[in-house]
Amino acid sequence: MTTTLEKTFSPPRKPRVAVTPALRKKGRQARALVLPALIFSIVITQIPFLVTIYFSLLNWNQLRPSEIKFAWFDNYKVVFTGPDFLPSLISTVIITGSSVVLSLLLGLFFAILLDRKFFGQGLARTLMITPFLVMPAAAALIWKWSLLDVNVGMINFALKLFGVPAVAWNTDFPVLTIIMMLTWQYTPFMMLILLAGLQSQSREVLEAASVDGAGPWRTFQFMTLPHLRQYIEIATLLGSIMLLQAFDPIAIMTKGTGGSKTLSYLLYERAFIGLDVGQAAAFGVVTVVVTIAVASIALRTLFKVFIDGGER
Amino acid sequence: MLVRKRFLAMGAGLAITGLALSGCAGAGSTSSAAKSVTLTLATVNNPQMKDMEQLKGSFEKDNPGVKVNFVQMEEGDLRAAVTADVASGAGQYDVVTVGAYEVPQWGAQGWLTDLTDNLKADKSYDVGDILQPVRDALSSGGKQYAVPFYGESSILMYNKEMFAKAGLTMSDHPTWQEVAAAAKVLNTPEHAGICLRGKPGWGDLFAPLTTVVQTFGGAWYDENWKAQVNAPPFVEGVQFYVDLLKAAGEKDPVSNSFTECLNQLQSGKVAMWYDASVAASILEDPKTSAVAGKMGYVHAPVYKTKESGWLWSWNLAVPKTSKNADAAVKFVKWATSKDYQQLVGKTLGWTRVPPGARTSTYSIPEYKTAAAAFAPITLDVMNSVNPKQPGLNPQPWVGIQYVTIPEFQDVGNQVAQLVADAIAGRTTVKEALDKGQVIAQAAGDKQKK
Repeated sequence: MTTTLEKTFSPPRKPRVAVTPALRKKGRQARALVLPALIFSIVITQIPFLVTIYFSLLNWNQLRPSEIKFAWFDNYKVVFTGPDFLPSLISTVIITGSSVVLSLLLGLFFAILLDRKFFGQGLARTLMITPFLVMPAAAALIWKWSLLDVNVGMINFALKLFGVPAVAWNTDFPVLTIIMMLTWQYTPFMMLILLAGLQSQSREVLEAASVDGAGPWRTFQFMTLPHLRQYIEIATLLGSIMLLQAFDPIAIMTKGTGGSKTLSYLLYERAFIGLDVGQAAAFGVVTVVVTIAVASIALRTLFKVFIDGGER
Repeated sequence: MLVRKRFLAMGAGLAITGLALSGCAGAGSTSSAAKSVTLTLATVNNPQMKDMEQLKGSFEKDNPGVKVNFVQMEEGDLRAAVTADVASGAGQYDVVTVGAYEVPQWGAQGWLTDLTDNLKADKSYDVGDILQPVRDALSSGGKQYAVPFYGESSILMYNKEMFAKAGLTMSDHPTWQEVAAAAKVLNTPEHAGICLRGKPGWGDLFAPLTTVVQTFGGAWYDENWKAQVNAPPFVEGVQFYVDLLKAAGEKDPVSNSFTECLNQLQSGKVAMWYDASVAASILEDPKTSAVAGKMGYVHAPVYKTKESGWLWSWNLAVPKTSKNADAAVKFVKWATSKDYQQLVGKTLGWTRVPPGARTSTYSIPEYKTAAAAFAPITLDVMNSVNPKQPGLNPQPWVGIQYVTIPEFQDVGNQVAQLVADAIAGRTTVKEALDKGQVIAQAAGDKQKK
């Protein structure tokens, strides 16, 4: 049905315009106007990246400044043969993956609830968004001291009410702790995007579905979910990008123990505790390459599920 | 990935802004004679440093035009931030708090301003009053690169009320076995037997743990820089620590370091605590501590050595990169002077005077009365520890709970993470230390060259 609709309403193709000198001038002008922004973005993104690649070929430990020299691929050897990279990659996949999926599911749930009209909707919406507005470092401290503390934390207090003994979160469940906090923080983000999607859905289509005798679940499955596909994709993509960089809760709560050492924390450790600029840069470069590869493959396979007959 | 890119981009951006700003400053400074200086001080967020921040107004009043801006961080973060800043020559900080571990290394690298002559020339400062062992630790090649703000050793602190209730006594020089036995008796649902640091980090978990390892006969390295991390005495020491934590330690140890344990002790959640002696002065402050007057303090527990306390000082130093070195040195001297101690005593209370830096501190009458519970033992322990050979065997570096090689913070950190896994029961102590051995040996090999 959607395909026919799209075909009917698709705009007519523009006729090919002959390139006149005036048009060419206009094009040059447009390019000239874009140029500063383009140069700026190249300067602040691509040059540092090239410098990072150069650094990654150096033997450069900040504590031994007299021994800086070109070392070719020594640092990459450490990355691929050392014990740090693979476990860290796995931790990153587990932590990012589960946080994205969980916050997406919870975000969808809350978005559906908030899509309905009820008294105090605005207030509820603001309150739901709050976790995303708290600074990550502050949020991690709140979690550490107020929520998860084994003696005075609220979560352990609540567990005690049900007769469950206090849980030593950071010691016994470091990965779960990080996932919990990240999910808490990113659910509002997912919710906002999905809520926008839900509100852009045409009421008439939903009415038509109910006239045709579709129940709420079938309406959701066949009308709402396909409509939300693009929103889910963008939420997953943006969420993954942001969650890949998650650093604060790890630095503040678990210090990278028990499988919570993600790539971003590993990078921090190599650069600021190991003070090994060369090695940190090599880890950075490999991380970029792996992330781009994994992201493009994962995104494509993942979204085949949603794409009907290969058409977007 | 993006973090790295963004970090570098930010660095480039900052560098450009920095250039622009320094250009402006250069042009401006010729015209304005009465210059106002803002000193940026990077420091640990320990209570004594917070006191310093509270009292900085007095310095600013005496030195018009000078403002002091405090940047407080957790111990591990501070170390990382300051090292990166000093090593890269960024010059973000004018005064830095540097641990005893780094001062000789950084001094030798030429990163810190040499204070020797300036301190000697100033009669009223009386540099000879600073505790000799601490001064030795802060010097390299006969030059003093920093002054101690406060010094500390490690002692065992215990709640006398809880001990009396359980019918236990504590000797002045307890052994670890005695402490473990007492901790098991005192471990109840209301309070844990003992609080021990478990937060991964060489300055967190491994400060107390290294002293335990040493008194069990272990060491990080032997005389030839061969790593000893999975040798039997090291394993035995760590196993003892982990077992004690499991049997009678505080809950969720991986979250805990100095500040967290201090909180738990102050609120009566634990009966004993083995940590920095400087904690005693905070525990005895009746304004903030519920256990003031109820605490007992004894020497660090031992097993095979006679003494097991560590030696540490937090020091103030001026990086070579500081653009306001004169004012910075002035501030450093002010904060470590005899007058500052009087100022703290009179405005904040005598128990809060920074201890373990000056001999004269221990002869101030008001301090002697106010700190009667812990002043004598602090001085006693600090004079009886031996940083040249803290364990059973000779070692090729000076230092107790750390190894003065640049790689140690990295090694200590990684091994601490492995031990934290053992504390949580995800791996055995032996497995963790076998991995640690490889990490430590790689750093040891670099010393052999």
